[in-house]
Amino acid sequence: MRAENDRKALEKELTRWEETTLRDALDALPERRKEFVTTSSRPVRRLYTPLDLPEKTDAERLGKPGEFPYTRGIHPTMYRGRLWTMRMFAGYGSAEDTNRRFKYLIAHGETGLSVAFDMPTLYGYDTDEPEAKGEFGTCGVAVSTLEDMKVLFGGIDVGQVSTSMTINSPASVIWAMYLAAAEERGVAFSKLRGTLQNDILKEYQAQKEWIFPPEPSMRLVVDTFEFGSKQVPQWNTISISGYHIREAGATAGQELAFTLANGMEYVRWGIERGLRVDDFAPRLSFFFNAHNDLFEELAKYRAARRIWAREMRETFGAKNPRSWLLRFHSQTAGVSLTAQQPEINIVRTTIQALAAVLGGTQSLHTNAYDEAYQVPNEAAARIALRTQQILAHESGVANTADPLGGSYFLEALTDELEDEAYRYFDRIQGLGGVIPAIRKGFFQQEIANSAYRYQREIEDKERVIVGVNDFVVDEQSELEPLRVTEASLKAQVERIRRLRRTRDAKKHARSLDRLRKACEGDENTMPFILDAVRAKATLGEICDVMREVFGVWEEPLLY
Amino acid sequence: MIRIAKKIRVLIAKPGLDGHDRGAKVVARALRDAGMEVIYTGLRQTPEDIVEAAIQEDVDAIGLSCLSGAHMTLFPEVVKLLRKRKSGDIVVAGGGIIPEDDVPKLKKAGIKVVFGPGTPLREIVEFFEAAGKGA
Amino acid sequence: MREVVPARKGAASPRDSVSGLVEDLLTGDKRAAAKLISLIEDDEPDATDALARIFPHTGRAHVVGFTGPPGVGKSSLINRLVRSYRSGGKKVGVVAVDPTSPYTGGAVLGDRIRMADTGVDPGVFIRSMATRGHAGGLALATFDAVRVLDALGMDIVFVETVGAGQSEVEIATRAHTTVVVEMPMTGDAVQTMKAGILEIGDVYVVNKADLGNEDVLVANLKFQLTPRDGWTPPVIRTTATEGRGIDELAAALEKHASYLDETGARQKREIARARLEILENAQRLLSREVEEGSRSGRAFDKLAEDVAARRLDPHAAAGKLLKQSQHKTR
Repeated sequence: MRAENDRKALEKELTRWEETTLRDALDALPERRKEFVTTSSRPVRRLYTPLDLPEKTDAERLGKPGEFPYTRGIHPTMYRGRLWTMRMFAGYGSAEDTNRRFKYLIAHGETGLSVAFDMPTLYGYDTDEPEAKGEFGTCGVAVSTLEDMKVLFGGIDVGQVSTSMTINSPASVIWAMYLAAAEERGVAFSKLRGTLQNDILKEYQAQKEWIFPPEPSMRLVVDTFEFGSKQVPQWNTISISGYHIREAGATAGQELAFTLANGMEYVRWGIERGLRVDDFAPRLSFFFNAHNDLFEELAKYRAARRIWAREMRETFGAKNPRSWLLRFHSQTAGVSLTAQQPEINIVRTTIQALAAVLGGTQSLHTNAYDEAYQVPNEAAARIALRTQQILAHESGVANTADPLGGSYFLEALTDELEDEAYRYFDRIQGLGGVIPAIRKGFFQQEIANSAYRYQREIEDKERVIVGVNDFVVDEQSELEPLRVTEASLKAQVERIRRLRRTRDAKKHARSLDRLRKACEGDENTMPFILDAVRAKATLGEICDVMREVFGVWEEPLLY
Repeated sequence: MIRIAKKIRVLIAKPGLDGHDRGAKVVARALRDAGMEVIYTGLRQTPEDIVEAAIQEDVDAIGLSCLSGAHMTLFPEVVKLLRKRKSGDIVVAGGGIIPEDDVPKLKKAGIKVVFGPGTPLREIVEFFEAAGKGA
Repeated sequence: MREVVPARKGAASPRDSVSGLVEDLLTGDKRAAAKLISLIEDDEPDATDALARIFPHTGRAHVVGFTGPPGVGKSSLINRLVRSYRSGGKKVGVVAVDPTSPYTGGAVLGDRIRMADTGVDPGVFIRSMATRGHAGGLALATFDAVRVLDALGMDIVFVETVGAGQSEVEIATRAHTTVVVEMPMTGDAVQTMKAGILEIGDVYVVNKADLGNEDVLVANLKFQLTPRDGWTPPVIRTTATEGRGIDELAAALEKHASYLDETGARQKREIARARLEILENAQRLLSREVEEGSRSGRAFDKLAEDVAARRLDPHAAAGKLLKQSQHKTR
């Protein structure tokens, strides 16, 4: 009763304001546009008031940080306890080249490693295979063998530092190489900390780095859950990603919905395998985009935590609170960076990083300003790292948990995004689930439509991109391109050849044979992949066995 | 309609392993909206695949998209093969993540124009219209 | 929408004259085939000449048309069939038609992409065509393109329609074998099929058989398909994306081809087809004549005015029109 009266009073007040103060102001100065929208074309009203606070209890809507539903953050002390990990995505050329970049970043204060692999590696091809021609090291490091992995982490104590690896279709193989390399250095699996991206569902939807069809790929993923939960307990075996979905053109709502739908699908498959949800769910992690529209991004992260906590506890019956936590890494939006006036990308990245930090991210990569041209050079990468450090130490945003919690605008947006996500969940369910929807091209079509609409908005100047369709200058960029050298390529190829020459041929052949049998059967593939890696099989050789057994995926074509 | 209108035909192709197809698909749609007939090859095309398709479809122009840095190997190869197959009159444009330093080299290898990130669709459409007119 | 008129393709060299192109075509030159298809599709002045030169070299290829609703899997099926026929050493052509947007005049031709793995095979030729305003599921030039591929040396040519409008009828009157592709509906709704669809197919395919409910559809079809001229259309289950049922489908196509030969039905169909085509061409010639703003055009305008003013009835007017034409050709 009291709440109802309060509401009526507030409504009356708002109406009064609209009919007097606002009206006078609009008569004198109309608004600049008919409609104001977010980066995702979501309409935004001119004012948000307590009336926009969703009709829920504070406990349902917000709770406290570190408690269900975790809207305000997954730790009670958030960054007062520990800052987010500053984890800069890096990789180009050969293992030696990238090893140097890792050391540079560590020296300048990054607190976690993140590996970018080149195209051939991402698709399971060795550097010396025909498919790799022209693609060596141009967008990441080439890793074809265990030896490459050892060089990549040479002089770095993998027992001390956590490593994230952005690898999907051949994730098990690359992980096995990391594990075997650590093993050779005397570091026990139980000490290793890190993350494997290993999120094949979003590959079919957005990033397109698939090899095998969905079912065998999901089997490989669940194999890593199982193996990890027993043998590498500090490792996050998956990073369920929305970043790439967003980059491909999705809206914030789609990014949220598709990522969480994928996440729930992985949980289902884990349970189907016979794993107890509390045994593997605590090691599921997420990866979101940090895009331009500050408040929409914040709302997205908060909605994500709330939805995941609820689904894990209620739908999947997880009992361990650690299973309810949505822990995520963020990366600032690469797709928003321009080739024109590249220095101003530093400003974009700063705003986006701010969004991620205000949103409570556990780990963050900030893009370098030259991303629209090339893999970043050292100076640019350093500025990106400094951006995080300034946010952490000079801006004050790390002083309190969920600083913007309670903002009428933010809470309304958070609820809106949550509702949008559930509507998508229903649609996906109606199509038969995530994998049938992938086969029908549902995600791909939604993403392509959003991408096209966004571009049309830019063309029609409904949406201004500074330096691109407004505030344009005519100037040449003076960026020094980072080049992959012939020498790196030669060294890499020679290393592969040497490995092939010097390995024990019998042991090698036997390991691949056993791997094939394991793939054909239903044993966990990880031990067999590890053995093949130890027997000096290359990435390409292992993936070829899998290609033979699992087949190769063909994309359903739609626009 | 009695007279069958002539149309400009364009092949939009993704050579190499790069799977970032957002731009290629947006360009394909824009060209369609401008009245052209667009054949999109899909991902993971070799230069041979692309040239064969271009010849069979008798296109006026090809748009190549690559964001992984492999353009210096793949783009010139397409031009080379086209010439070998007596189809050097097909105009080839490139786009994606291409350092400015590489643009003159690509042009020398026969790529007519390189569309960097942020190029307005209008500009791309106009280019292909001109290519179709034989300009 | 601005009208941009493209250049005449293929005018690059003397070799690209019609006679040169046809000569090259007959040696198996794919570029020549492609240029000739464009020439015909663009209705260039020498298109008729080109067709006349090509025609005597046609009649060898077996033409199979595919119709069925959008999304049913025609492209994937054709892709599988291409592979199947190629492994038997046959040369295969594909003409895939997609709709032209009525608003923009443009089209995204998206069938080729499903045949990505066969496109480079020297024994395969794939051409994508847009309907360019032609109602129904085919382009006007579709079957002329088929003829070019026939003359190029293809043993079998698949034609894939848009699947809308009257494409079934168009295909059935032009192809040797017509394949109707359906897929099972999910859910309980009774599945209805387009009127007439049961009359025109020679082979029926239920694709995406893994979607469930295909038994009902298959049974339904089998029940309703009655023998015609001694041929009972078979119903084949396929899952194109997994390659299931493709061998059975290829066998059915072979069987139908043999049936046509053995019973003389092929000859009958060719004649029926020829009759249709001659009439269509005549109408097109006549239409062109009266639209071209020439003296015949003005005479035609007069006839139309007379009919509208009730001075003449439409049938008499048509008779007059024909007589006028006859006088012209004399």
